[in-house]
Amino acid sequence: MDVSALEVVEAHLQRILSVDGVDGEGDVWTAVAPEDLDQRDVHAYLHVTAAAARAHAEDVDRRRAAGEALGPFAGVPLALKDVLTMRGVPTTCGSRILEGWVPPYDATVTARLREADVVVLGKTNMDEFAMGSSTENSAYGPTRNPWDLGRVPGGSSGGSAAAVAGLLAPLAIGTDTGGSIRQPAALTGIVGAKPTYGTVSRYGLVAFASSLDQAGPFARTVEDAAQLQALVHGHDPLDSTSVTDAPPDLLATLRDGVDGLRIGVVTELHGEGYEPGVRRVFDQALERFERLGAKIVEVSLPHAGYGLPAYYLIAPSEASSNLARFDGVRYGLRVDAPTAEEMNAATRAAGFGPEVKRRIMIGTHALSSGYYDAYYLQASKVRTLIAQDFASAFEQADVLVSPTSPTVAFGLGDKTADPLAMYLNDVATVPASLAGIPALSLPAGTAEAPDAPSASLPVGLQIMAPLLRDDLMYRVGWAFEQDLGFTPIPAGDTAVEVV
Amino acid sequence: MALSADEVRHVARLARLALTDDEVDALAPQLSDILAYAEQVGEVAAQDVQPTTHPFALRDVTRPDEPRPSLPREDVLAAAPQAEQDRFAVPRIVAEEG
Repeated sequence: MDVSALEVVEAHLQRILSVDGVDGEGDVWTAVAPEDLDQRDVHAYLHVTAAAARAHAEDVDRRRAAGEALGPFAGVPLALKDVLTMRGVPTTCGSRILEGWVPPYDATVTARLREADVVVLGKTNMDEFAMGSSTENSAYGPTRNPWDLGRVPGGSSGGSAAAVAGLLAPLAIGTDTGGSIRQPAALTGIVGAKPTYGTVSRYGLVAFASSLDQAGPFARTVEDAAQLQALVHGHDPLDSTSVTDAPPDLLATLRDGVDGLRIGVVTELHGEGYEPGVRRVFDQALERFERLGAKIVEVSLPHAGYGLPAYYLIAPSEASSNLARFDGVRYGLRVDAPTAEEMNAATRAAGFGPEVKRRIMIGTHALSSGYYDAYYLQASKVRTLIAQDFASAFEQADVLVSPTSPTVAFGLGDKTADPLAMYLNDVATVPASLAGIPALSLPAGTAEAPDAPSASLPVGLQIMAPLLRDDLMYRVGWAFEQDLGFTPIPAGDTAVEVV
Repeated sequence: MALSADEVRHVARLARLALTDDEVDALAPQLSDILAYAEQVGEVAAQDVQPTTHPFALRDVTRPDEPRPSLPREDVLAAAPQAEQDRFAVPRIVAEEG
């Protein structure tokens, strides 16, 4: 049966209208106000580019019928995190300070998607400026987890993850600074990857922590994620930190299996603090790898325990510097005041939410006179030691594995009162980010939540590979996925109904 | 370290954030908790370790010094909260002598 690109796009638009809480009027649909959101709305999208998506799909169908050249992803819909610019479409970063801003240029990731004839359905909800692990820090209201609408989808790319998990898009782009692709992928039962740092351009990605931010793919299968990463990666002269090494072919060895590979279990990343259900699924994953012919070896990352404290100095420090550009002068919100300094301070006070203010304060303090050496510099040295730990571990194992998140999806509001408890959710994802290595999360099964013993919620398995060995990471993930045969579609009384 | 309310106000001034008294009162214990946790990095002996800012060796990146068109001025100013005479307009920066 032939299906047109327009039919595929239209089906997704109709599903967005029925379960996402958008106002479907005009060319660009906008999410309804937070106070008007229904508790059954997923709220994955902030803006849906309905007219442009239909027009692009029609163009793809016309060119296909005429036998003209088409991009490799012609007509495939995708959801784009609202931290990446797209010419003519609002970019908010989940913040009031950028409300109404329409960027005059495309991010490199966006441009590469356009060239491949990917049809962008819209921009997805996120923790404000990508700061958070639950998507509850969005100024436009939280996104809900399609597996259980009372729970978070993880963060900060929770909108992109929920769009894929809730069948509101087959593919999405997110960004990962400390775990913001991998953790929401784990909590929504889909595949998400952080590529090797520097292999996907950051041009047009609104910066949070420049030495850690990296865009990457969300998909329902490992192969789709690898295909999407292959579409957007590669050197970009517009990003001075973009690596010039040619990226590996992610598909050439995808089906080679894990027989004979050494899979390293990181001692420090699966014991204390991990929910029993998560540990059980992880242990089963190790048994599966052994059955598939891999050798399980135990490796240690002795400085991994310092990863989270180092991260929560480095990331806010870089954020306090990057977010200085939001000063009420060139774009976004302005609150009028008699002097420039008062205008800056009043604008930033009105435009930033509590978590962003908290991190700007931490970072400003950590970089201020007398504290720089003890905080930012020391954390950057710890980062070196963690990278060295990984290099040693990769002499003993081809890839490393851990649970992606210490918990399954938690309830909306459960951790919002305690910022430090929220930060602890990133314990397993942050070390790879500090080292810049590629890491993938894929579904490993389901487990109960401690507060809901009858619940069945996704658990993610994290696969970490050496620098620029993203191909190996996908190969191991593919072998695991094929053997597990897990269908990542939420079902149940509370979940979004699949129509 | 524990941050006092006055220290929080000082940092807020550096960060150009006009915080309310309620925000200062809420932030002081939260920032103190987070910093106390982050200070664990000081337990690691790292005097002789080079800091990392990028996983690969960085080098200067230059391009040929040739003039190229930039974004059109009107596109850039279109996003500004206030513009006049082809410029971003801002409130007074230097106070009048009085």
